[in-house]
Amino acid sequence: MPWVVAKKEFKVTRRKKSIMVYLVGLPFLMAVAFSLLVQNDVANASLSSATLGLALLTFIFVILAAVLPTSIAAYSIVGEKVEKSLEPLLATPTTDGELLLGKTIGAFVPAIAATLGGSLVFMAATDYLTYNTLSYYYFPSWIPGITLLVVAPLAAIMGIEVAVILSSRVSDVRGANQLAGLMWIPFMTVFIAGVEGAISFDVATLLVISAVVGIADLVLFFLSRAIFNREEILTKWK
Amino acid sequence: MIETEGLTRKFGDLTAVENLTLRVNEGEVFGFLGPNGAGKTTTIRMLCCLISKTGGTANVGGFEIGNPENALKIRKMIGLVPDNVGLYDSLTAYENLDYYGTLYGRSDSQRRESNEYFLKMLGLWEKRDVLAGVFSKGMKQKLAIARALIHDPELLIMDEPTANLDPEASKAVRDFILDLKKEKKTIFLNTHNLDEAQRVCDRIAILNTRLMAVGTPEELERSVKGRKTAMQLRQVDDVILNSLKRLGVRNLVRDGNRLTVDVVDPEEENPKMVDAVTAAGGRVVTVSVLGSTLEDAYLGLVRAKTQ
Repeated sequence: MPWVVAKKEFKVTRRKKSIMVYLVGLPFLMAVAFSLLVQNDVANASLSSATLGLALLTFIFVILAAVLPTSIAAYSIVGEKVEKSLEPLLATPTTDGELLLGKTIGAFVPAIAATLGGSLVFMAATDYLTYNTLSYYYFPSWIPGITLLVVAPLAAIMGIEVAVILSSRVSDVRGANQLAGLMWIPFMTVFIAGVEGAISFDVATLLVISAVVGIADLVLFFLSRAIFNREEILTKWK
Repeated sequence: MIETEGLTRKFGDLTAVENLTLRVNEGEVFGFLGPNGAGKTTTIRMLCCLISKTGGTANVGGFEIGNPENALKIRKMIGLVPDNVGLYDSLTAYENLDYYGTLYGRSDSQRRESNEYFLKMLGLWEKRDVLAGVFSKGMKQKLAIARALIHDPELLIMDEPTANLDPEASKAVRDFILDLKKEKKTIFLNTHNLDEAQRVCDRIAILNTRLMAVGTPEELERSVKGRKTAMQLRQVDDVILNSLKRLGVRNLVRDGNRLTVDVVDPEEENPKMVDAVTAAGGRVVTVSVLGSTLEDAYLGLVRAKTQ
């Protein structure tokens, strides 16, 4: 049943031009801009600072992964509130958990696909542009691997759970988007800490970040699960 | 199909539905009348297991509400047309139906068949690939009804199905309800359109937080005190007046050649009065029943509660 809900979400997302432009355009632009930036930096930096720069730029895709699904999730839930389509949906023989899971998958898959798509373009372009300077292909390697395949999906889940929680408190899609868009703050803080040298983006640090985000995901999941139930939606949601 | 006993729902200090006891039989169209805020939608939501009850009992199709295990079974046997159509504007008419068919566990072939059946029946087949967002209100309402019927539910619950529709669209929806009635579909019709209730419902309940009355439209009309019959005669004389008095009519008032009397059961009393007038040599031009409509019954009950 969650897959049925998710498939419908995919269809709606595909037809929302503004979301599609955002989903496809933003990762692609970032990929192109960052790889050109890297080419310039690597040519003028030492090997160690060049690889640090690459790890940092890869982490920006984590921020992207946290922010992208919030728009989809916000539309998926607040949009249904606005269109008044939640009540007939809630009257079907689906459980609250199935609906929530369906909506989570519906926001997660396109957001993570866009993030990974953008990062693939970034990695391919970066390898192509930096091979002559570095004399080896930086991508793929463990650090971007963990960043993109572990931290980014966990960040995306976090963005979705936050969007679900906020959806119960706002009555329009724009408001939900604006609030959920603030998801970049915690990850940007980590990024700045990396830029300032307070933390290094090595495997151990990334695993710690993953654990912290994973725990936050669990807490937020239970919160969103408590908020996303029929009784709450029909009697307490704005 | 539906049985409630003392069903109650409170929101904090506010009682939305109080001690509601009613029974809806299989195959009947049951009207649920009441002013705004009377608790009609809250009742529907409780019956659909969308919100919990705070007191009493209710069962739908033999399943007790309030039991989480029964909630899915109850929702499976109900088709709900909410007061807001709640369609997906960015999906086509066909996709809207197909999505709900899938949520109700219908197979591909069942969905294809029922999507086509209902879209054709409601005159929307040619528009099946048009986004629901561009439909008129009437078309949206029809599509919402089709969506509620897509899984062939045993019970159709409709919350204000003709609200905000123009007369033509209202008639189309009402005709469709009458078609469903012929098929012996059980329909729980929540409305504050008295005319609509009178035209389509077998029985009607009037709710204003508490159940005020329940019965057939005729029974509710008869329950109203102070109904009057007006008779226009060719000429009124003392012989006619005396013959009516001998019949025991109440509050006989003469206004020229027009006589007005209080009646309890016009269907039984009016022919007797006409016979008495005719026997006394009078000629009856017209007979009409005054102030004895469902609207009077409704307003009387609702105002009594308010006072």
